[in-house]
Amino acid sequence: MSVSDQSPQMPSTGRATITPDRRSRLFKHALRLPIVVWQGLFFVAPLFFLVAMSFFIVRNYRMTEAFEMKNWLKMMSRDYFWDSYGLTIGLATLATLVVMTVAFPAAYTLAFRVSENTRRWAVFLLIIPFFTSYLVRIFSWYVILAESGVINAMLGYIGLGPFIMLNTKFGTIVGYMTLTLPLVIILQTFALANIDRTLVEAAHNLGCRPWRTIVRVVLPLAKTGFIIAAVFCFILSFGDFVSPYYLGGSKPPTLPILIIDTVKSGQQWPRAAVVAVVMMVTLFIVAFGGIAAAYRRRLS
Amino acid sequence: MKRKRLLRGFLFGYLALVLIFIFAPIVFSIIFSFNSDRFPTIPLGSFTLKWYETIWQDPDVWEAARNSLIVSLSVASVATFLGFATAYTDYRYRFKLKPLYLALILLPPTIPLIIMALAMLAWFAKIGLAGQVISIIIAHTVLTAPFAMAIIRLRLSQMDASLEAAAWNLGADQWRALRRVIIPFCRPAIISSFCLTAAVSFDEFAIAWFISGLNKTIPVVILEIVTGNIDPQVNAIGSFVFLTSITLVVIAQVVFMTRNKKEKAHHG
Repeated sequence: MSVSDQSPQMPSTGRATITPDRRSRLFKHALRLPIVVWQGLFFVAPLFFLVAMSFFIVRNYRMTEAFEMKNWLKMMSRDYFWDSYGLTIGLATLATLVVMTVAFPAAYTLAFRVSENTRRWAVFLLIIPFFTSYLVRIFSWYVILAESGVINAMLGYIGLGPFIMLNTKFGTIVGYMTLTLPLVIILQTFALANIDRTLVEAAHNLGCRPWRTIVRVVLPLAKTGFIIAAVFCFILSFGDFVSPYYLGGSKPPTLPILIIDTVKSGQQWPRAAVVAVVMMVTLFIVAFGGIAAAYRRRLS
Repeated sequence: MKRKRLLRGFLFGYLALVLIFIFAPIVFSIIFSFNSDRFPTIPLGSFTLKWYETIWQDPDVWEAARNSLIVSLSVASVATFLGFATAYTDYRYRFKLKPLYLALILLPPTIPLIIMALAMLAWFAKIGLAGQVISIIIAHTVLTAPFAMAIIRLRLSQMDASLEAAAWNLGADQWRALRRVIIPFCRPAIISSFCLTAAVSFDEFAIAWFISGLNKTIPVVILEIVTGNIDPQVNAIGSFVFLTSITLVVIAQVVFMTRNKKEKAHHG
């Protein structure tokens, strides 16, 4: 598709476009460099500074640039840090499993049971919440899930409840689902819609039962897209502080909440940086593991 | 046959439930914003506009709305410009470090916001940019430029490569071809990108909360009210925020989709 490096100095007609080489280079760099400078200064530099900061020290409430292991040793030796770490990984994994499972029948329906036009409208609808204030949606869930909230009031009419849903893992997962479900359904739908339908039909014609077709034919074919969806779901849940704080009760805090507490109340930026670096390393491992799994050729 | 119909019914019912789950918080927030109860539940209390009156009279909300407007318009402009330049570079040139180049612009959305917030807080404090409106603009631009790049790149991949070459052959220099051929072709994507990046910036609260200092944006004000206690004001501000971003996202999608359809109809 792309006109890769096709330069205007080689016109196919006789007329020579005399664009001096210098001007061409200026054009090229004027378009290429702004983003490099911008992201270098405001994306790469902050992240490197974050890593460096994890070695700084705080003296008399002031941060001093240094290179000491103090923050690392301190955080690594604390039980509350490892409790938070285990909890955050556990919740994000649980959210990924739940969201991937809940999304599947919906994505399956959109990919195989509706017209292309309907699918386009469904994706149109699902994109909207992704760009709509997550914070306010969580506040809304807070009111809906409360002990005297809408859901318990409705259950009350049929003589059930009230159920405690706030300040529980259930609340946190509802929040994570609010954040990730639309995106995961979209990614799963694309993955399923792109697989070769004749292979599914072949399995069907050869007498393969529906469930077996899904497990043995559909899912392996859609593997790459599904892994990408799962990785996104994990990253988003792992890094979110709103759901575990407002719906989950934050006892014990997840890593993102730990960062906020350390920064906002303790002024301990370097220790917060340690938590952030640990989070990034974890996510790199998950992301690369996921990508490796997604593109690994199937053995046998 | 009966089983098939049953399965079909189940699948569509399921899809409906999932959509209800996704849109319930938005719908309830809007309903609650007109509800008189301090702690809304079923059955609903009486209709009221008092939450809207409260925020209407709150100078902090006005100040925040002004900041949000300045930030999201600036972010949308800069991010769309950067996104366009990068998308065009990716479309037109091949060079050695291209994967790295693309990673540089596409990676920010994969880093958790809380980590970006801490990193930017510390970095901006170091380079003397802390707590200003411009710091929020810079941070949000980093975050949203990838969306701009993706939308415009998608549009460029639909372009007939010979169009630009034709302009060159007819004597246009590269800048002129860019201005007269590429940009008009990308216009729907540029409009979409502008709306979408504005919407993301308008809703972003984590980074803004960390680095804004006294220059709060709307989501930061919401975050602070929510941290206090249950206050139905949030539903009123929230409904306003929903309306704004839904409008922007819908415009972005409609502009992008209808142009494509028209062209398809034209060609086919």
